Amino acid sequence: MVRLIRSAIVMLLLLTAVTGVFYPLVATGLAQALFPSQANGSLIEKDGKPVGSTLIGQSFTGAKYFWGRPSATTPQPNNAAASTGSNLGPTNPALADAARQRIDALHAADPDNHAPVPVDLVTASGSGLDPEISPAAAAYQVPRVARARGLSESQVQAMVAMATTGRQLGVLGEPRVNVLKLNMALDAH
Amino acid sequence: MTTNDFLQTAIYLVVLLLLLKPVGSYMAKVFAETPNGVLRAGRPVENLLYRLSGVRAEEQMGWRRYAIAMLIFNMAGLVVVYALQRLQQWLPLNPQHFGAVTPDSAMNTAISFVSNTNWQGYASESTMSYLTQMLGLAVQNFLSAATGIAVLVAVVRGFVRRGADSIGNFWVDMTRSTLYILVPFSLVIALLLASQGVVQNFRSYVDVPLVEHTTAVETVKDAAGNTVKDAAGKDVTKETTVTTQTLPMGPAASQIAIKQLGTNGGGFFNANSAHPYENPTPFSNFIEMLAIFLIPAGLCFTFGSMVGDRRQGWAILATMLLIFVPLALGAVAAEQAGNPALHGLAIDQQASTLQAGGNMEGKETRFGIAASGLFTAITTAASCGAVNNMHDSLTPLGGLVPMWLMQLGEVIFGGVGSGLYGMLAFAVVAVFIAGLMVGRTPEYLGKKIEAHEMKMASLAVLVPCALVVICTAIAVATPAGVAGVANPGAHGFSEMLYAVTSASNNNGSAFGGLSANTPFWNVLLGLCMYFSRFLLAIAMLAMAGSLAAKRHVPPSAGTLPTHTPLFITLLACVVIVVGALTFLPALALGPIAEFLMSAH
Repeated sequence: MVRLIRSAIVMLLLLTAVTGVFYPLVATGLAQALFPSQANGSLIEKDGKPVGSTLIGQSFTGAKYFWGRPSATTPQPNNAAASTGSNLGPTNPALADAARQRIDALHAADPDNHAPVPVDLVTASGSGLDPEISPAAAAYQVPRVARARGLSESQVQAMVAMATTGRQLGVLGEPRVNVLKLNMALDAH
Repeated sequence: MTTNDFLQTAIYLVVLLLLLKPVGSYMAKVFAETPNGVLRAGRPVENLLYRLSGVRAEEQMGWRRYAIAMLIFNMAGLVVVYALQRLQQWLPLNPQHFGAVTPDSAMNTAISFVSNTNWQGYASESTMSYLTQMLGLAVQNFLSAATGIAVLVAVVRGFVRRGADSIGNFWVDMTRSTLYILVPFSLVIALLLASQGVVQNFRSYVDVPLVEHTTAVETVKDAAGNTVKDAAGKDVTKETTVTTQTLPMGPAASQIAIKQLGTNGGGFFNANSAHPYENPTPFSNFIEMLAIFLIPAGLCFTFGSMVGDRRQGWAILATMLLIFVPLALGAVAAEQAGNPALHGLAIDQQASTLQAGGNMEGKETRFGIAASGLFTAITTAASCGAVNNMHDSLTPLGGLVPMWLMQLGEVIFGGVGSGLYGMLAFAVVAVFIAGLMVGRTPEYLGKKIEAHEMKMASLAVLVPCALVVICTAIAVATPAGVAGVANPGAHGFSEMLYAVTSASNNNGSAFGGLSANTPFWNVLLGLCMYFSRFLLAIAMLAMAGSLAAKRHVPPSAGTLPTHTPLFITLLACVVIVVGALTFLPALALGPIAEFLMSAH
């Protein structure tokens, strides 16, 4: 029994060294050598300073910006240090209330738009940090953003197209529009 | 459902089936009794580990010694994970200066990771230091998975060996699982994930300026920590302008790889595989889904090789697929149908070329419905428990699927190793039932199934069932249990049922609305996880010990062949009947009641 306990402790220490030290260090070394940008957070840099990440969504509420997925993080939306979904159940009245408020906010920013709102624009994402919206959600916002910025709709549509990615390898996942990239491109325009 | 929903499911299954044979035959080599190229290549490292730890690799253990070694090794791991959490404020690699974890939460997390459950009561980004994640949690991701594979291999040896008093050497099986299977596979997966944008570094968190400032709303608290109310009885809130965003960093890819591969499921970040740094693209999502089933499916082939009749392995795999595929498609269909509660509003839930549509609450745009629904079914069929969408926000029927997949005992692929030994317990029950029908002593894989084997198999089948039903009842009847519930009505009951189901079957996923980081829930779920994991493993080792001692019975005219469609159907029926009879009443009170109410 004593021998078993001794073996257990020493084996645990040795395998901790293999799986807890050696393995993550090798993985870090290889990832940093092969994919430095991705392994460091896919940061967008301006003048050598990070100004955002293509993978982490920010919150937008102004008429001149495309809005992203609603975020349930606290205390502020898109809090990347505390990722979470709303965890509201499908029949919870709070879920429908939240969706109603988001529809009202969209209508307040764009009173003439009476089209039904694409569902991803009024439902909270799983992480609270979703960087993307569906092409439908982008198309819904094009007239508002064009008007607020004094651009033509086709100009804005062209920029949306540049921020759009199709299904990966043609089949996986869903087509999507990166909101932060799009808004940064609009600001730079 | 859309064509693409079917297409993504089909591609996943095809790729899995293509990988199954190479992976399965490689694992058969790892556990071969005779030397081969794989074992020769790793022998220097292996022998060094044995020499330093005083392990005699040639020693053959009886089932009791095997079980004791397994329990002591896991207990040592449990103590280390607990200690790391309690002492992390004084230890290095803690750039965010996180304090000690509370005792009940630390105990829950230690059991959770050692038992291959990875239920997470805590929020990762704001609780665990890099050191705790690396030396505690990530290590147990490997070792709990290795333990599961070791126990499986020992159980299979029980069927293979004849007149033997031993079932192998725990140290050798566990070490080989780690060195030859888990570490190399994880490294490949980690790099694939890093290529997609999963972070892998040791930097402290990065602050970036926001393009548009946002407002943080916090409730004001008095000195005693109570929320301050205004004259109208509403919470007083304080608004502050936020100008920066803090991006979390860390060695995530390496941990996420083994979290998926070892069917662990404990996220590096709180939102788990929904977090863009944990699962950034549809391709990373595909890799993560593949990693979950890779070993459990491959082990079916390994099992067939080890017992000398590959058809036996294919039969088990076919049984798993027979139950998995309809349930996975059911989950996708339920989510694609959307949420009836939003039908009255001006919302477009229809799938089109421009959007996935469906129930998008708690889901990420890049995954849409197909890649989310499929992930949900895979992670709960296997005892992984990673989530790429929030299960609490699934439609009632979409939420029923993962709950029931867990309640089937985590044998539809299940945990690495543990899923297959659980399924072998069901197979023993199935041949016993068949034996009762024709009045013969049942046999499985050439071994007579007698009273002792039946007792152990029944124990393995019934322990998780009993834990789920009894502990859900305790939670429902206790104010401290009900206090954690977030959603009203039937869904609130579902949250509790899901939590206990997840813990008692070592899955680890959650209806995340439940506030489970309380002493009551931490202790209750901790006990569920521990007893389910280790009672089941001990029961199966005991069965293996008795089987190994038996003589081989050559098949006769009266033997039920266990590789035929007839047996596959019988086995699937046994799994489904046990799962349905035990849990339908509870499911009727939760997801089924919610579905009926939402339909009106």
